Amino acid sequence: MSVTVAEPESPDVRSEAPPPRPNREVYRDVLAGLMPADERLVCLDSDTGLFSGVDWGTAADRYVNLGIAEQNLMGVAAGLAKSGRVPFVNTMSTFASTRAVEAVKLDIALNDLPVRIAATHSGLSAGHLGSTHHSLEDLAVMRMLPNMTVLVPADAAATEELVRACAGIPGPVYLRLGRGATEDLPAGAEPLRVGRAQRLREGDDVTLVATGPYPVLAALEAAEELAAEGVEAAVLNMHTVKPLDTAALTAAARTTRAVVTVEEHWAAGGLGSAVAEVVAELGAGCPVLRVAVGDSFAAGTGGQRHLLERNGITAAAVADRARRALSRR
Amino acid sequence: MTTETGTGTVAADGRTLEEHAQRVRELIVDMCANPEGGHLGGSMSMVEILVTLYHSVLRLDPREPEAPGRDLLVLSKGHGAIGLYAALAERGFFPEEELAAYGTPDGVLTAHPNPAVPGVEMPTGSLGHGLPLGVGFALDFRLSGSDRRCFVVLGDGELQEGSVWEAAMAAAAHRLDRLVAVVDRNGLQITGSTEDAVGLEPLADRWRAFGWTVLEVDGHDTEALRAALGDAPRVPGRPTVVLASTVKGKGLPYVEGQARSHYARLAGRQHKRALAVLRARSGRTETTA
Repeated sequence: MSVTVAEPESPDVRSEAPPPRPNREVYRDVLAGLMPADERLVCLDSDTGLFSGVDWGTAADRYVNLGIAEQNLMGVAAGLAKSGRVPFVNTMSTFASTRAVEAVKLDIALNDLPVRIAATHSGLSAGHLGSTHHSLEDLAVMRMLPNMTVLVPADAAATEELVRACAGIPGPVYLRLGRGATEDLPAGAEPLRVGRAQRLREGDDVTLVATGPYPVLAALEAAEELAAEGVEAAVLNMHTVKPLDTAALTAAARTTRAVVTVEEHWAAGGLGSAVAEVVAELGAGCPVLRVAVGDSFAAGTGGQRHLLERNGITAAAVADRARRALSRR
Repeated sequence: MTTETGTGTVAADGRTLEEHAQRVRELIVDMCANPEGGHLGGSMSMVEILVTLYHSVLRLDPREPEAPGRDLLVLSKGHGAIGLYAALAERGFFPEEELAAYGTPDGVLTAHPNPAVPGVEMPTGSLGHGLPLGVGFALDFRLSGSDRRCFVVLGDGELQEGSVWEAAMAAAAHRLDRLVAVVDRNGLQITGSTEDAVGLEPLADRWRAFGWTVLEVDGHDTEALRAALGDAPRVPGRPTVVLASTVKGKGLPYVEGQARSHYARLAGRQHKRALAVLRARSGRTETTA
């Protein structure tokens, strides 16, 4: 449950001018564009405010505000999906993954229904809104649910690609979105394919596996730092946390000497855990080190970038883990 | 689908709803003889509700349980699954002999509704899920311009779940008049009276305050149930709730109105005794296999 209204983004004087589009707004505009042509699509809102002023055109009756009631939101979505509709449900990620999770598990996942859970304010992107609005558990919760696909776009372009890719996914999808605008990744990367890691950089010493906007940027920056020291780091953008690209991870564990994961999430249960599960079972002896928020609620107060730094989700931390992992061998 | 005679409502198959209810109760008792036992009391209390819905209200064809235009019944009080299975068998969704597989390893007849069973719409059992699902179904009906209806059968203790009231608010706000809730108001939950646990009264006033049309009926009177359920919605634009006053364990006087009837295993002599009591009360004394 949330009662946050139109709070300004916290100023962050250290950041460069951000791109204009928060990924939740990219998602909203793509959905608004898709709705009129596809009668199955329904936008279920929990009074997020994200859709204020949207012109739905002929799809206006398929935008439904169910109020601040996230358990009901998920159940209604399941009823619609069981009837042949494809609902996009909208709430903050912490409410989707904790408050409403039983409805997600039993009404949506158990029935393997095509509900798309668009979850904003993920990770620490709620910034100064505080621990009640941070979501450091959602990847763990959602990836454990059978039938669920878990998608994490790292920039605006990826958001549009992954929202459109939902059309090809028969079961439920959890789409992890942020709050504010984040930088675009460098152009020229290979197109996104659900379930396949996106290779952003080649390297044969260590593999950096990251998910989400700031973690992927941190991995790329760390790779530059390491390159200056003669360490070649491959970078994988793991935009699909489930189903995990085990082939890419297997290759990484066999062709590089260590894996370092980066995520805006608790260390328990998230991307790092998922990667460690795969690599450990290979028995290849490849160490996996995690950059994530430890076993505590996020330290400090402030905007997203400040909290990331304060909680150790930085390029320097990634490079440090890589050096440590390689020195162990 | 039904005709009225001087002796009660007669279903399309020529048998009265009371006859169907009698057979459903016998089947519930049989399932409670399984080594696993079963949710006896809350299944017996809603027998007339289910029988009236399946035999004289719902538009459906048991030979085509997935037919697109069918009316829907969601058993939100999923612990009444054996009552639902018995009612589905009696309506012809599958042969009643298949009920013998209740509680057997790897069988489909689990103690909470399993959608693998023909006629079961959704897997319920964790309380408070049925009405949100019903809101979703009713919303689809409205978007589709359909006159289908969705009936959600709730327990009264279940109304202590907050999600029920989230859904109740949403249904009224969105004017979902093809949604009908039926509350099996047997007055008991596991520890005793609902009113001694977390009281529900004034229940009718509460639903009215949430914007619903409220009908209060004797939940064992099939005529009254048929009138209340069949005519919904009486007020266009408003969802309907039927508060059906019932007796937990109905049909077995020695457990009627007792919280201990919630879950029972009727072994050997208890099983025979229960069947004999049911048949004596219905005026039937013959024995069947």
